[in-house]
Amino acid sequence: MSKLLMTRRRFLASTGCSVAAAPLMTPMAFAQAPWDTRLIVLILRGAMDGLDVVRPVGDPHFAAARPTLAAGGGLPLDGFFTLHPALAPLHPIWAKGELGFAHATSTPYRDKRSHFDGQDLLEAGTGFDVKTGALRDGWLNRMLQAVPGIEADTAYAIGREDLLMLAGGAPVANWSPGTRLELSPQARRLIELVYEEHPIYQAAVLEALDLTEQIAASEAAATETDEDEDMAAMMEASSGNAAHLQMAEFAAQRLRGDTRIAAFSLSGWDTHGNQASGLPKALKQLAETIELLRVGLGPLWGKTGILAMTEFGRTVRENGSRGTDHGTGGLMLMAGGALRGGKVYGRWPGLEEAALYDRRDLMPTEDVRAYAARAMEGLFGLSGTVLSESVFPGLDMSQAPRLVL
Amino acid sequence: MSFTPEIAAIRFGYGLSPHHPAPASPEAMVEALQAADSMARAFPIGSMAETYADFQYLSDLKKAELDGDKTAKKKYRNWRGQNRRDHARMLRHTIARALDAPDPLRERLTRFWADHFTVRGKGVSQRMVQRFVEDAIRPNITAPFSEMLKAAVTHPMMLIYLDQDKSIGPGSPVAERNAKKGRRRGLNENLAREVLELHTLGVGGAYSQADVRQLAELMAGMTLNLREGVRFEPKRGEPGAEEVLGQSYGGRKPKLEDIHAALDAIALHPDTAAHLARKLAVHFVSDTPPPALVEALRLRYTETGGNLGAVIETLLSHPEAWGPLAKIKQPFDFVTSALRALGVTGSQLAALDRKATLRIIIRPMGLMGQEWERPNGPDGWPEDGEHWLTPQGLAVRINWAMSAGRVDGLDLPDPRDLVETALGSQAGERLLFAAKAAESRAEGVGIVLASPAFQRR
Repeated sequence: MSKLLMTRRRFLASTGCSVAAAPLMTPMAFAQAPWDTRLIVLILRGAMDGLDVVRPVGDPHFAAARPTLAAGGGLPLDGFFTLHPALAPLHPIWAKGELGFAHATSTPYRDKRSHFDGQDLLEAGTGFDVKTGALRDGWLNRMLQAVPGIEADTAYAIGREDLLMLAGGAPVANWSPGTRLELSPQARRLIELVYEEHPIYQAAVLEALDLTEQIAASEAAATETDEDEDMAAMMEASSGNAAHLQMAEFAAQRLRGDTRIAAFSLSGWDTHGNQASGLPKALKQLAETIELLRVGLGPLWGKTGILAMTEFGRTVRENGSRGTDHGTGGLMLMAGGALRGGKVYGRWPGLEEAALYDRRDLMPTEDVRAYAARAMEGLFGLSGTVLSESVFPGLDMSQAPRLVL
Repeated sequence: MSFTPEIAAIRFGYGLSPHHPAPASPEAMVEALQAADSMARAFPIGSMAETYADFQYLSDLKKAELDGDKTAKKKYRNWRGQNRRDHARMLRHTIARALDAPDPLRERLTRFWADHFTVRGKGVSQRMVQRFVEDAIRPNITAPFSEMLKAAVTHPMMLIYLDQDKSIGPGSPVAERNAKKGRRRGLNENLAREVLELHTLGVGGAYSQADVRQLAELMAGMTLNLREGVRFEPKRGEPGAEEVLGQSYGGRKPKLEDIHAALDAIALHPDTAAHLARKLAVHFVSDTPPPALVEALRLRYTETGGNLGAVIETLLSHPEAWGPLAKIKQPFDFVTSALRALGVTGSQLAALDRKATLRIIIRPMGLMGQEWERPNGPDGWPEDGEHWLTPQGLAVRINWAMSAGRVDGLDLPDPRDLVETALGSQAGERLLFAAKAAESRAEGVGIVLASPAFQRR
C-alpha cells in the first residue's frame, strides 16, 4: 500500500467516515495510541489576568480594586463570576457545559514573578524542590513516557518555538504549519550523509523529512474531502492567516489522525498598561483558537479536552497605568466535549487585603497541576500514583475535582 | 586548547569569508575593538534623536487632520512607507557591517548586548529598535557595564517598551492632581523588575519584591516626550528616599542623578558580575560553559569595576574559550554567516530593496523561529541549542541554503571552493565528498551551508 493511500485511509478512519467509504480496512487496524481521547494544551504566555477574564463581581472588594477594568458588563456565568465580553463567542459552549474555569490556581512558583521562570516551571510541571537540572523534561512528555506504544506523531508541539512541556525522552513531533522540505533524491541522500556523523542534528533532519512527507500526504487526502470546508470558512471570517489560526487548523488536522495530544502557545497576555485595549485582543485570539478547534474536530470534539494555562496571575489592584502587574493566583480555562464545564472551579479566597498573597495578589488555593492531572486521569486513564509521582513529582491532587465526564 | 584562526572567526565573528583573513590572534581581536568604528560610518543607522523631527511632523499631521486637512492621511501613509523602507535599510546595514567587517567581533558583541537589553518598538516607534542599539549599546561594548546600563535603561525605546513612560510616583504631586480629577495614574513596576531580573542581578539574584517596588518608585518621574526625548519630571517622581538592595537613594526632591547612582551601584553588585559572566560564556562558548571560564570572567568583571573591554580580553585569552565548536548558530547568525561565506559584500547587500530584504532575510528568519526584532519578551532569544535545532527550524534552514542562489547579484561559488572558504579544516571527509557529489551547483552550495559543520559556532 502506498504511503499516500495509507495515510488517506488512516485519515478517513479517524474522522469517523463510514467503513463503507474504505471497504478494505477496519478502523481498529490503525489505532496507534492506547486511547482515543484528545488533549490540547495551550500555554498563555505573559500571565493572563484571570480576574479580568472571569470577574468575581460577587466579591465586595472587586469593584474597588478595579476602578476602570471592572467597568462595563460581563456575561453571566454563575451569579458570582462574569465572563469578559471578549470571550462572548465562547459563551454558547459555556451553556452547553463545554467551557469551564478553575480560579485561584497557580504553580508552586512564588515571589519573584518572572515570566520566564514562571513559564519554565509551568512547563516542567515540577516544584522548586526539584533541583534545577534534575528534570530537564516537561510534564506532557513524562506523561507520554508512562504509556507504552507511543509514536512520534502521538503528540505534537506546534509552532516555531520549542515547547519545554513536550521535551523529554518520549518521542514527539515538532512542526509549524506551512513548512515544506522538498529535496531532489540526490540532495536528500547527500544531506543524510553529512548529517550522519552528528546524531542530534541527524535526528532533527530525519524527522523534518519524515514529517514533510506525512503532512503533504494527509493534506493531499484532506483536499479530496469536504472536511476542511467549515474550517476554511472560519479562517476566512476571522483573522485570515494569523499564526494562532494556522496552528489551530494544523492541530485539528493532526488530531483527526493518529495524534492524540497537541500543544502550542499564544502570547500577548502581559498587560502592564491600558489593559482594557490589550487584553481583548489576546482573548479574541483565544476564542478564535478554541472555536476553530471545536469546528475542526467535528465529532471528535466530544472526546476532546482543552486546557489553557498561564504562568501566574496579575495583581488584584489595577496599577497606575490602567493595567496590572505580575501577581500570583491565576486562572485556568478548560474546554471540550469531554470535560465537565459550565462551572468555575476552585475555592475562592476572597479579595480583602488580608486574604491576598503578599497583600497584593490573589491567594492561590489550588495547584494548577492538580487540574491538569485530573484531566489526564480522566482522559487517558492514568493512575493517581503515576500522576503524582512521575508526571508531577510530589503533587497533592486530592482536593482537585473530577474534570472528565 | 588554544587560539585557532578558524575557530576565532566562527565563534567570535560571523564565520570565514573569501574577502577577509581570519583573526590573527586574541590580541589583534582586542585591538580591533579599540579602533575606530569604520563599519558604522560605512553603513549608517542613525540615532533616535534624528527621529524627533519625525514625531513632531506626525503630531502636526494629526492636528492638521483634525482641522480638516484632506491631504493629511496621504502624508501619513507616505511617512509609514518611508518608515518601513528605513527599517529594512537598518537591517541591511546591520548585516552589511557583519559582511564587510575585517574583525566582526564588534558586530557580535553589539548583537549580544542588544539582546541582553531587548526592546521592542510600540506604535510609531515600532521600527526604531536599531536606533536604540546604535545609541545605547554599540558605543559601550568595551565601556564599564554601568555606562551601557544607564544608556539602555534611560533610552526612550526602553521607557516605551517597559511602560516606564506611564509610571508616576503614587505620592507625587501629579498623582495627587490626577486623583482630584478622578484619573488614577501611578506606579508601573515593569522596567524596575526587568532591570533587576534580566539586566543586572539575574532571576536568581539577591533581590526581593520590595527592591523592585523601591526601584520603581525611584525611577518614577523618568518619562519621555517623543518630540524631545527622555526627560525627568520631578513632579511625577516619588518624594522621599528609596532603599534598593540595602542602599538608600534620593531625598525630598526626586532627580535623575539618583537613578543613575542606583544603576551604578547595581552594576557593581556581585550577582550582576556572576550573571553577566555566565551569560557571556554561554553565548560565546557553550550552553554548559566551563566553570573556570565563567569564574575568570566574573573575577575580571569584579576587579575592573565591570569593564566590558577587560572582560572580553579575558574571554579571548582564556584557554577554555577555544574548545571545539559547541553551539548552534541562531537564525540571524546562520543567514549572516552564510552570506559572508558566499562572498556577498556589504554594498551588495545594502543595495537590496525592501522586497528583496523581506524575501531573503526577514521572512526566512521568522520561519526559522527568529522574527527580526520580535522576541517573545524582554529576555530576548533563547540560548540553548535544543531550542533552535528543531525539525521545523532545520527544514527552513535547509530550504534557505538550497535556494541561496536567489540572493540578488550573487554568483554562486563552486561548492568545492565554498567548503574550503566557509569551513577550512572544520569540514569533515563526508562534507568534502558531498560538495563534489551534488548534481548542481545550487544543491552543492545548499548542502555545504545546511551541513551540521556550518550550523555550528
